[in-house]
Amino acid sequence: MSESDTIEAELTEKIAAAKDEAALEAIRIAELGKKGRISEMMKGLGKMSPEERKEAGPRLNGLRDRVQAAIAARREVLAEAAIAARLAAERLDVTLPVRQGAAARGRIHPISQVIDEITAIFADMGFSIAEGPDIETDYYNFTALNFPEGHPAREMHDTFFLSPDDKGERKVLRTHTSPVQIRTMEAQEPPIRIVIPGKTYRQDSDATHTPMFHQVEGLVIDRTATIANMRWVLEEFCKAFFEVPQLKMRFRPSFFPFTEPSMEVDIQCDRSKAGEVRFGEGNDWMEILGCGMVHPNVLRAGGLDPDVYQGFAWGMGIDRIAMLKYGMPDLRAFFDADVRWLEHYGFRPLDMPTLFGGLSQG
Amino acid sequence: MKFTLSWLKDHLETEASLSDICERLTMIGLEVESVDDRAVFEPFRIARVIAASQHPDADRLKLLSVDAGPEVNDGKPLQIVCGAPNAREGLVGVLALPGTYVPGIDTTLSVGKIRGVESFGMMCSERELELSEAHDGIIDLPADAPVGTRYADYADLIDPVIEINLTPNHPEATGVFGIARDLAASGLGTLKTPEVPRIEGEGDVGVALDVSSATCLGFALRRVSGVRNGASPEWLKKRLKAIGLRPINALVDVTNYITFDRGRPLHVFDAKKVAGALKVRDAQEGETILALDQREYTLAAGTCVIADDKGVESIAGIMGGEHSGCDETTTEVLIESALWEPLDIARTGRALGIITDARYRFERGVDPAFMEPGLDLATKMVLDLCGGTASKRVVEGVKPFEPKEVVLPLTEFQRLTGLAIEPAEQERILDVLGFQPRRKGETLVTTVPSWRPDVDGKADLVEEVMRLHGVDEIKPAPLASLAAVNGKILTTAQIRDRAARRALASRGMVECVSYSFVSEAEAKAFGGGDASLKLANPISADLSDMRPSLLPGLIAAARRNAARGYGDTALFEVAGVYVSDLPDGQKRVAGGIRRGTAGLDGTGRDWAGNSPAVSVFDAKADAFAVLEAAGFPADKLMIEAPASEWYHPGRSGRIKLGPKVVIAEFGEFHPTVLKTLDVSGPLCGFEVFLDKVPQPKKKPTRTKPVLTLSPFQPVRRDFAFVVDDQVEAGRIVRAAEGADKALVREVRVFDVFAGSALGEAKKSVAIEVTLAPAERTLTEEELEAVSAKIVSQVQKATGATLRG
Repeated sequence: MSESDTIEAELTEKIAAAKDEAALEAIRIAELGKKGRISEMMKGLGKMSPEERKEAGPRLNGLRDRVQAAIAARREVLAEAAIAARLAAERLDVTLPVRQGAAARGRIHPISQVIDEITAIFADMGFSIAEGPDIETDYYNFTALNFPEGHPAREMHDTFFLSPDDKGERKVLRTHTSPVQIRTMEAQEPPIRIVIPGKTYRQDSDATHTPMFHQVEGLVIDRTATIANMRWVLEEFCKAFFEVPQLKMRFRPSFFPFTEPSMEVDIQCDRSKAGEVRFGEGNDWMEILGCGMVHPNVLRAGGLDPDVYQGFAWGMGIDRIAMLKYGMPDLRAFFDADVRWLEHYGFRPLDMPTLFGGLSQG
Repeated sequence: MKFTLSWLKDHLETEASLSDICERLTMIGLEVESVDDRAVFEPFRIARVIAASQHPDADRLKLLSVDAGPEVNDGKPLQIVCGAPNAREGLVGVLALPGTYVPGIDTTLSVGKIRGVESFGMMCSERELELSEAHDGIIDLPADAPVGTRYADYADLIDPVIEINLTPNHPEATGVFGIARDLAASGLGTLKTPEVPRIEGEGDVGVALDVSSATCLGFALRRVSGVRNGASPEWLKKRLKAIGLRPINALVDVTNYITFDRGRPLHVFDAKKVAGALKVRDAQEGETILALDQREYTLAAGTCVIADDKGVESIAGIMGGEHSGCDETTTEVLIESALWEPLDIARTGRALGIITDARYRFERGVDPAFMEPGLDLATKMVLDLCGGTASKRVVEGVKPFEPKEVVLPLTEFQRLTGLAIEPAEQERILDVLGFQPRRKGETLVTTVPSWRPDVDGKADLVEEVMRLHGVDEIKPAPLASLAAVNGKILTTAQIRDRAARRALASRGMVECVSYSFVSEAEAKAFGGGDASLKLANPISADLSDMRPSLLPGLIAAARRNAARGYGDTALFEVAGVYVSDLPDGQKRVAGGIRRGTAGLDGTGRDWAGNSPAVSVFDAKADAFAVLEAAGFPADKLMIEAPASEWYHPGRSGRIKLGPKVVIAEFGEFHPTVLKTLDVSGPLCGFEVFLDKVPQPKKKPTRTKPVLTLSPFQPVRRDFAFVVDDQVEAGRIVRAAEGADKALVREVRVFDVFAGSALGEAKKSVAIEVTLAPAERTLTEEELEAVSAKIVSQVQKATGATLRG
């Protein structure tokens, strides 16, 4: 065994045993550095005879190359081990919880969401959204809507009055969204197609009534609108709103001072399962809205000739249809701001109701 | 309005079933509210006591052996324990078997052990079946009553009770007769009511009558002498009880019966208790009457009454008086059939808070033409039930009834409904309803019958034809589309409301909808409480004032949640507040509050860092988020401190657009206000006054401004200034921004601290200025020059010194 074989054997062992980069570098300097053992041996080549050199040259070059390669290979192994060690040291417990994002915590109230749903549907049918004040005059809330002074129909409204002013006139909190019908007719020429969502007030408070609630009113006025058109609009609305392909509706004659003829509308449903109402199935009827042809006196109050213009109007409770669709059992909870209720029944801020993406998710 | 099926069939010849009749009633606008088919009586059987013996362990109880026919217990006798004194061998009575619901004791029977002896049913009293109050013993039927059959069939108990929910436009349906007429017009049977016989009577009424009140539109009176008043016959009592009325005596029962049968209220006076003339007059202020409901009422001036020399005997159209009422001793009766002004009756009834069957009818409108027939019908019934002789009638003060004429164009029905109906069908319906239609050209000329005061115009006639022809005949027809693609329909204000909601919810806040009214104390604490915004009739004292701000409602909501154990809440509302009672006094506001640690990043403790208590800056960030969502860039705005007085004076601010327009306020709250609202804990809030946010300018195109991107890297330089601690950081930022508008792109405050090392009442504010050259990389000299300018501008504006 030559000296170089001995060295190679020794170094192979040493390199393999090098624990880290520094030890490896020490070996490299000791053997291959300027003054290293192998470098020194290679310097001896110049003093050799050509024959000796012919033999020793390739031998020493081979030794040097193999040692270099061994060091490089060992360095690679050590680097990988170092990365592995670092990664192991950097390990975190990914089961630790992260905070929920703000958009996941926030909620839109069911009333706002349902108004957006209603808006999406009626916008598609060419309706605009009209609004009016909550504090109304007796004229807009009653007289212009064909509620004669002293008429029992006024009594059915359980009106909130404000304190009388100097002239003894007392404003009211609107008992329905219908005053906006008159305000719209005063401001705009037919054709009129509006829906009016808003707050309404009645002096009533029990399990199914709250002193404030929400209604949506609809009004169509032109020269041809009929009950047949009204049925179509309301049936299309109810199908779209309740997101069912078919829905039977029952129109019953009824009475409202501001429409003639007047009707109440029931929708077909199945109430056999507790806590759930299924629309478009079953044998029960549920009252959902009131409607009718705008009374000639109301058209006149709005400055329109009832022999030229005609139209229909309807009104329904937003809170009520929200309860029917989403299953809230108690109206009072809508206004209690209990965060547990709002988190459960509220909607995420990015759940925008659209017709192209569906009114509700799932 | 309630009636029974057999009562309806007194007037209507029909083969229709109960469910068909109910369905039809609803579909012609007489909505059936409830139907009691009386099935509760079906299980009760007629049974015979075949043996009765003493209970071994109870003196008052007997052991009965009862035969209830071959269908019960395979024809074998049942053992029943019974405590009735009249229980005896041979008695035929009414048996309830185990499993039967007994209405009078509201119990479903089971097999029970009474004093150790099993009982397999119960022999019932009348009270247990709710037939009467009688409870002295069990029902004792004639010996030939058919044992084993249903008692209900034997006693004719199964007469379904129908209740309809009458809308104000159907005065004619306040009587069974009118309902029958509507059903007949709808094609469900034919009317069979006999004419009311005219009774002329003999002799004078014997009481002078003086009508002076304008409320009286007519007054008819008759005396029946020599009556024997007592209990009404069974059929009459049964009908009254079925609709929830208590039988009193024949004279009173007759008036109640005709009230429901014909929608014609009547009154009877005991003639012997009437002193002097009967005067129909307006009451004087403060007159009192003890009414038939045993309550004393004090009357307002102008209330129409019927009075005699002793005082008020009856409140016209509403309720009679106790003094002159009829009882078993009455032998001379005065029957009154009068007509009253509907609005007056409604007003009086409302003022006195009395709801009676008479008021219900008079305020809707009672048929004026039936005043005298009503009197005759009552007279006939009194003569039939109580005997006696009728006097001539006296009729006073009759205001003539002028029938209205309404012309219905034959095309009107189609114009309003979209459905074409044959003129003959329109004519038929109106004819059955009594409108006497006459064809005249292309119209029907009609005369509104006296019992339909609600009908005024052709739309009313369209409704009549529609409801009786069938609403379902009108099929849906599409409403013509106005455009292929509908444009934007929301107004800017509506869009902003929605954007504000979604923006706040996406900041982790939860939307509330609270009442528009708050307590007076809450209103006053937030700048409200004006008399013009107070409710005259609030639902409760803490819901008395229209809210001047969304904050009290939201803070109260946070308090309620905290009381439930949810103290970290972020709530908002986008709704109206009220600064006056005029339409433009209602302002759109987006408001919110955060309590506890409910900041943007979450609440409470967390391994990665706990959420700090909320502060003015959380509220400020929320307010800016709303403004951004409303499409208003925040960089045009000024911040001023403090906000309104309900905020913490040192921890609040307002966002202004120019010197006068406040578009938002934010901050922590004043401790006095929190005390008023009884709420504690870290709390901050804001309100953005959305109406104050300017409308966006209308632009001809949607093209955005040209974007020029600089190829040169921005350079950042830090500056630390020492200033008096009163100097607002905003002024330093503005000064730095103004130093070179072309170069300075952004100024950030990255550190603020105070410390004794800086000197008394001093603080250090450190800013990072980003310079963005557009044309070339800045040279070192240029950088130095702009830095020096920033320092000098800040020094000039705030007196700051650059910290070394």
